[in-house]
Amino acid sequence: MLDWLHGLFGPSLELLALSPPGWGGNLLRGLVNSLQIAAGAFGFGLVIGLLGASGKLYGGPVTRDLLEVYTTVVRAVPELVLILILYFIGTDLLNRATATMGYGSVEISGVAAGIWVLGVVQGAYATEVLRGAIRAVPPGQFDAGRAYGMGGVMLMRRVTIPAMLPYAIPGLANLWLIATKDTALLAIVGFAELTLETKQAAGSTKAYFTFYLAAGLLYLIVTLVSTFLFHRLENRSRRGLPGAMGVGRCVNS
Amino acid sequence: MREFLKPRRIVLLAIAAALVLWCATALRWDWLPEYAPLLAEGIWTTIWLLVVTAALGFALAVPLGLAQVTGPWWLSTPARVFCTIIRGTPLLLQIWLLYYGLGSLFPQIPGIRQTWLWPYLREAWPYAVLALSLSFAGYEGEVMRGAFAGVPRSQLETGQSFGMGRFTLFRRIWLPQAVRSALPTLAGETILQMKATPLVATITIMDTYAVAARVRQDLLITYEPLLLLAVCYLVMASIIALIFSRVERSGAGRAAR
Repeated sequence: MLDWLHGLFGPSLELLALSPPGWGGNLLRGLVNSLQIAAGAFGFGLVIGLLGASGKLYGGPVTRDLLEVYTTVVRAVPELVLILILYFIGTDLLNRATATMGYGSVEISGVAAGIWVLGVVQGAYATEVLRGAIRAVPPGQFDAGRAYGMGGVMLMRRVTIPAMLPYAIPGLANLWLIATKDTALLAIVGFAELTLETKQAAGSTKAYFTFYLAAGLLYLIVTLVSTFLFHRLENRSRRGLPGAMGVGRCVNS
Repeated sequence: MREFLKPRRIVLLAIAAALVLWCATALRWDWLPEYAPLLAEGIWTTIWLLVVTAALGFALAVPLGLAQVTGPWWLSTPARVFCTIIRGTPLLLQIWLLYYGLGSLFPQIPGIRQTWLWPYLREAWPYAVLALSLSFAGYEGEVMRGAFAGVPRSQLETGQSFGMGRFTLFRRIWLPQAVRSALPTLAGETILQMKATPLVATITIMDTYAVAARVRQDLLITYEPLLLLAVCYLVMASIIALIFSRVERSGAGRAAR
């Protein structure tokens, strides 16, 4: 029985070994790259989202219109196209900036470029998620904070962010999952993340199923672990709130 | 209209018009007539891919959602696992798994080259249709699960008390109610599906994205084809949104509330 199993899976497992004749090390390195880009893009997107949501809720009419254009365009154009446009614009601008400062052209690391392009995409979705979450907080809480003499930043840190978290976390969890999956698109631009490493490994060994299934499993593990952690985080952020508040549970990806 | 055209809006629109004018004059568009037929074909490819895969995917999503809501465990567990796997892995990986993986398995089957299937199996589009349909089914299966579960029990009980059989009940009450409540989500999901179609360009299908990439390669210009591409997809997304809002407002959506 064991012999038979080994005959079936043995060669594939050898291909997945971590040290050089196997390609497992490459896959794991790709996974680390993917996670790095996803985490960076998620964080960058959160910063944009927080600014965007504040702008949409409290900004002047022009700011609001411009933000509306940003979120609409980003959500209607395929990520792949946006990634290419942002990638070229980013490198162009950076090269021009360094040229005017007299440094000549620079080489941009794949991770930094990936974070920049995916972050801008994530920012549009995060803006909408956070705007909805902030609107779900009863306005009396902000008034109470202001009545205590809190300024804008302190109000944000002490009231707005903790109060909106339970409403925002389901949407943000979804965004994080989208971020991890969107890193695969960077394979098309040639970044050595998990999907591209997988393609190269599969192409040179002809063991397509082995490698694509292994990569799929890695992505799935990331998804399942993240879902579990976000559930715990959501429960934690809901401490002290009355139950049965189904807000944002069904934000779809 | 009066509400929309406030002074600041007019200024913003003027700036936008100036930007468009600048793009039209300062950038290079002389390649457009030459590539127009190819582009039209590409847009057509995108549209039929979207329509076919959304229809097939939705047809698969209904049983997937239903199985998760009322099915016995040996139906609901596989359905849940399927949805989790599709939603937990990148679509690009799924497309490549099917195209390179399945595509490399078929030639090993003895005698397959003589069957009527072979000409299709050598093409790229069956794999694209399969991958995109399965992906849409996975996401929509989850949406339909929520929609089926959200139909009030009392409605189903009313149907039963009218003597409807299980199939009639499903066809006349459960499915229409569920689809109605899921329509806004389905509109968003269809736009997401449209945004997923350019991925098939990586397996040699000449869709809108592939045409733009071809222009980029042939003429070594960066921004023009990408801008055109963005505009094409923006227009398609608006059309999808418009169609769905029409459907929602027409009879299919009104009776729900």
